[in-house]
Amino acid sequence: MTATWNALWLVPLLPLLGSAVCGVIHFLCLKQRRADPNATGPIGAASAVACASVLASFVIAVVAFFKLLNADGFTALTSSAWHWIDAGSVSIDVAMVADRLSSVMLLVVTGVGFLIHVYSIGYMKGDPGFAKFFAYLNLFVFAMLILVLSSNLIGLFVGWEGVGLCSYLLIGFWYEKGWPAAAGQKAFVVNRIGDACFLVGSFLLVSVFGTLDLSDVAASVPAQLDAHAGRLALAALLLFGGACGKSAQFPLLTWLPDAMAGPTPVSALIHAATMVTAGVYLVVRLNPLFAAAPEVLTVIGTVGALTALIGASTALLQRDIKKVLAYSTVSQLGYMFLGLGSGAWAAAIFHLVTHAFFKGLLFLGAGSVIHGMHEEQDMARMGGLWSYMPRTFLTFLCGAAALSGLPLLSGFFSKDEILAHTFASGGFHYALWFVGVATAAMTAFYTWRMVSLTFFGEARFDAAHVKPHESPAVMTAPLMILAFLSVVGGVLGLPHVFHVTHLLKTWLEPVTAGGDALLTAHTLSVGSEWVLLGLGSVLALAFAHYGFHLYKRGPETDDEIYGSRPEVVGFLSSAWSLDRIYDKLVVKPLKLGAFLIAVVVDQFAIDGLVNGAGALAANVARRLRVLVDGSVKSYALWMGAGAAALAIVWIFGGSA
Amino acid sequence: MGLVALTFLPLAAAVVIALLPGRNAALLRAVAFFATTLVAGMGAGLFVDFEGGVPGLQSVYESAWFTLPGADVPVHFRLGVDGISILMVVLTAILMPLVVLSSYGHVKERVKEFLFWLLVMETGMLGVFLALDLVLFYFFWEVSLVPLYFLVGIWGSDRRLYATVKFFLYTVAGSLVMLVGVIELIYSQGTSDVGALLANTSELPAWIFASFALAFAIKVPVIPFHTWLADAHTEAPTSGSVLLAGVLLKMGTYGLLRFGIQMFPHAAVDAAPLFLALGAIGIVYGALLAMAQTDLKRLIACSSVSHLGFVVLGMFALTQAGLRGGVLQMVNHGISTGLLFLLVGMVYERTHTRELDRFGGLAATMPLFALFFVITVLSSVGLPGLNGFVGEYMILLGTFEASPLWSVVGVTGVIFGAIYLLRATRKVLFGPVVHESNRRLADLNGREIALMAPLVLLAVWIGVRPNTFIGKTAGTLDALQRRIEDVRGAGDSAAAPSPIVEEEQG
Repeated sequence: MTATWNALWLVPLLPLLGSAVCGVIHFLCLKQRRADPNATGPIGAASAVACASVLASFVIAVVAFFKLLNADGFTALTSSAWHWIDAGSVSIDVAMVADRLSSVMLLVVTGVGFLIHVYSIGYMKGDPGFAKFFAYLNLFVFAMLILVLSSNLIGLFVGWEGVGLCSYLLIGFWYEKGWPAAAGQKAFVVNRIGDACFLVGSFLLVSVFGTLDLSDVAASVPAQLDAHAGRLALAALLLFGGACGKSAQFPLLTWLPDAMAGPTPVSALIHAATMVTAGVYLVVRLNPLFAAAPEVLTVIGTVGALTALIGASTALLQRDIKKVLAYSTVSQLGYMFLGLGSGAWAAAIFHLVTHAFFKGLLFLGAGSVIHGMHEEQDMARMGGLWSYMPRTFLTFLCGAAALSGLPLLSGFFSKDEILAHTFASGGFHYALWFVGVATAAMTAFYTWRMVSLTFFGEARFDAAHVKPHESPAVMTAPLMILAFLSVVGGVLGLPHVFHVTHLLKTWLEPVTAGGDALLTAHTLSVGSEWVLLGLGSVLALAFAHYGFHLYKRGPETDDEIYGSRPEVVGFLSSAWSLDRIYDKLVVKPLKLGAFLIAVVVDQFAIDGLVNGAGALAANVARRLRVLVDGSVKSYALWMGAGAAALAIVWIFGGSA
Repeated sequence: MGLVALTFLPLAAAVVIALLPGRNAALLRAVAFFATTLVAGMGAGLFVDFEGGVPGLQSVYESAWFTLPGADVPVHFRLGVDGISILMVVLTAILMPLVVLSSYGHVKERVKEFLFWLLVMETGMLGVFLALDLVLFYFFWEVSLVPLYFLVGIWGSDRRLYATVKFFLYTVAGSLVMLVGVIELIYSQGTSDVGALLANTSELPAWIFASFALAFAIKVPVIPFHTWLADAHTEAPTSGSVLLAGVLLKMGTYGLLRFGIQMFPHAAVDAAPLFLALGAIGIVYGALLAMAQTDLKRLIACSSVSHLGFVVLGMFALTQAGLRGGVLQMVNHGISTGLLFLLVGMVYERTHTRELDRFGGLAATMPLFALFFVITVLSSVGLPGLNGFVGEYMILLGTFEASPLWSVVGVTGVIFGAIYLLRATRKVLFGPVVHESNRRLADLNGREIALMAPLVLLAVWIGVRPNTFIGKTAGTLDALQRRIEDVRGAGDSAAAPSPIVEEEQG
């Protein structure tokens, strides 16, 4: 069942090595620049090392994939190194496992990751932190690979927090501006709320299973279900809390839009394609645990649907192109959790994969637009760009079509599969399904609003100062590859009414079998499935059309649609005022609490008592004229001598 | 004999320094650095030779000293090491040369006296961890404290006198309370031999436990006895702060473990709920305190209250994981907080300020400083892969097994830690350079990098291979844990294990 394959270590370690090399190069560059401000240093070496290391990891990941392909479904490649933490009640190893689920994640992380590395060579050109950027990016890939390869929950947590760290560093990459650093801090802290839940969840798992080995836990769930159902459900809920932080689900979603302060390739890699999907991976990885707790699954589905709705409705009104994509990402992640809520593990991973393609593409495309527009992100100052940057435009269209779920593109199949599973679950899930469908309509609308505002209509930028231009090939080539994948990615999971194998579902079956066995299977008649597919197509086409044409006139359309309801605009454009609510309910009270503790309790109450006692002692001492010169030093010496004398008298006086 | 040499070598060096002329600061520093490095080497050797899997004392040295009058109790000069003290000895021995090295930057006056007190203090601290006789222990305890009055009082900053008096009052109060306990214990048991007292299976009076616990709680400090700490830390010179955080506070936690839990298991079991509560509340309380600070050094001092709350929490969970985590976290706190104080000292030497608002944008002017600062902060917030996480995880896991409630309260410290430390990081390193003078700051020099590098390496080592350290302490701690189980088993069974443990047994 398991085959030792030590080469697995190279997959994460090569990017780690690359990161170290890039870090050294960064400091070399700084040194050279101190001698000569115009020197660039060996930055070409940094990008070459960084890209090569990820490419090498990708190649090994492909080899691993074929090894798994040629083995039976339950085989996993493993390699363990040493005992990491011997806590007594649990022992945690440093060990890697690549099974079928990991291999999918590996290919996405290293494959999309490599493309984004290449793109960054062009995007970050001329930035003084060029080598540092690649050091962080490689470090991120390392952490993400640890996350998907670790054999146990705490090893996974190492990657989990590691990607969080890189996210923090990369969001705040342009820290001189101030607000990116604040955004990075917010991301880290909000994630930590989830991480705290994660930790408590892991304690509960230790208390039930005595191990945190992921496959052991997954396999032992049925055996422990009778005795520990409540504790297992609580653990599942807490781990989902961790997923809410990392994957920006309600109520912990507010950090992701702010994270757009980072360079755009970061948004594509970390805040769209890979890191933010870690929560989905976690749930699928431990699917039997979640399947054993139907109430928790309902919570997950509800949170997912709500998050999808919040994200999409907020994206409707954003003017910043990256903010549209950020809220869209929040919304699409919501879809993945909506799918998980009805036990559609493979569908969630399917959407994870296609989303990595099309959202990675859209972010990179937006980056190409921003790059070509001299750092302009406001769509109100774009328009008519299609003729200036044809390659960016065409690839962006592919991404937009996939995101909005236009028929036969990758996003269409993956989203429809999630909605079909939700519908088939019945009961309360009908309501969730309805939210999902409404969100799909909104998605098509805001996506084509964005396309229209950016590339169509009249040019609204200052043509005298801004000369839009196409990006270099090093940036457009990754766009084209991702565009291709976004268009054809659907073949991984064609619906069974097409009478073909669902490749991804079949591939993941050994991993998801444990969870599926604990759930009552729900089926959908062929007729209903066709109806749902048709409904999805019609809605997507209609709302895409609607959004596209309405916004050809420019951003004034916003006023025409929502003009009479400013409070609605305020509510929606601020992600349902969540930040304001948290500020009032959490941030301010916390600051007040800290102030009260520091000033009132500590300084007045406790220190007041202490200083009073001190003054009293000093007073008594002064009256006894022990303090000859009044200096504290001699005071201290007298007290010390007194204590010593007392001790001697006490010991040797021996009254006992 | 090795332990005697280890303990008294610093004192011998102090005597040498006292005899050398005060003009030649370079020579004095070289002597101090050489002596402390030698001790560090001996400490490392002791660590390597130490058998981790075996409970009990090793390398014991013993010679007759004097006899206490009245009860005719023979007092021995007895030193020895076990799985609890070994880590403390190594931590002390490794920190000292780095502290000496760091003092080159900020101690320019009265160098001779400074190094003298520093070395005396080292003998005192090593003695505290190694002493196996109550009288000897008390002697070293006092010896290790006196130098700090001078270090803070003479080389400290503006409010040093206030801080010294406050520290002194607290310390004397604690010492006197402990003295009562020491005397009563010796006379009631007829021995001052720590080994014999630990082997004693009968129940010792709880009030003696209380007197020890109170003294150590002040030292740790456990809330509400913590208010001396922020002042002492803030006013102390960098080397003083590093030693205070790195070693002196550990004398408190070490004492709680050795002369609290290990010597009085019955009383410790009874007192555990109180200490769990104090530890967990201390985590949150210290974090809130840190959040409100505007002075970087004071912020770190307050963070110590929070971090030591973790240590107390883990130890009084009285579970395997909790004890291991607690002991490991003592080392971790010494490393991360020591590093933080070193970094504050380095930036203070350049800017002459510790106000958070006076910094900003230092990442651009001092990139190497920024690198070390960020790594240290990450170690302190418990990022997995670095040392802090391993300790915190075992502590919180171990506490969860004893009391889910206080574990959950403690877990919030994970969030709070990120809040105040990342806020400090942002204020110091990020944002635009607001103050023109900060534009021309020199980055770290070779000496500064060299003195922090060993600690950073240790932080990574413990983060990746913690068993090097856990392994050394496990034998002793497991024996202690079994003893506690016996005590619990013998007592009222209803008062004993947590629901989780019960359920697993059932």
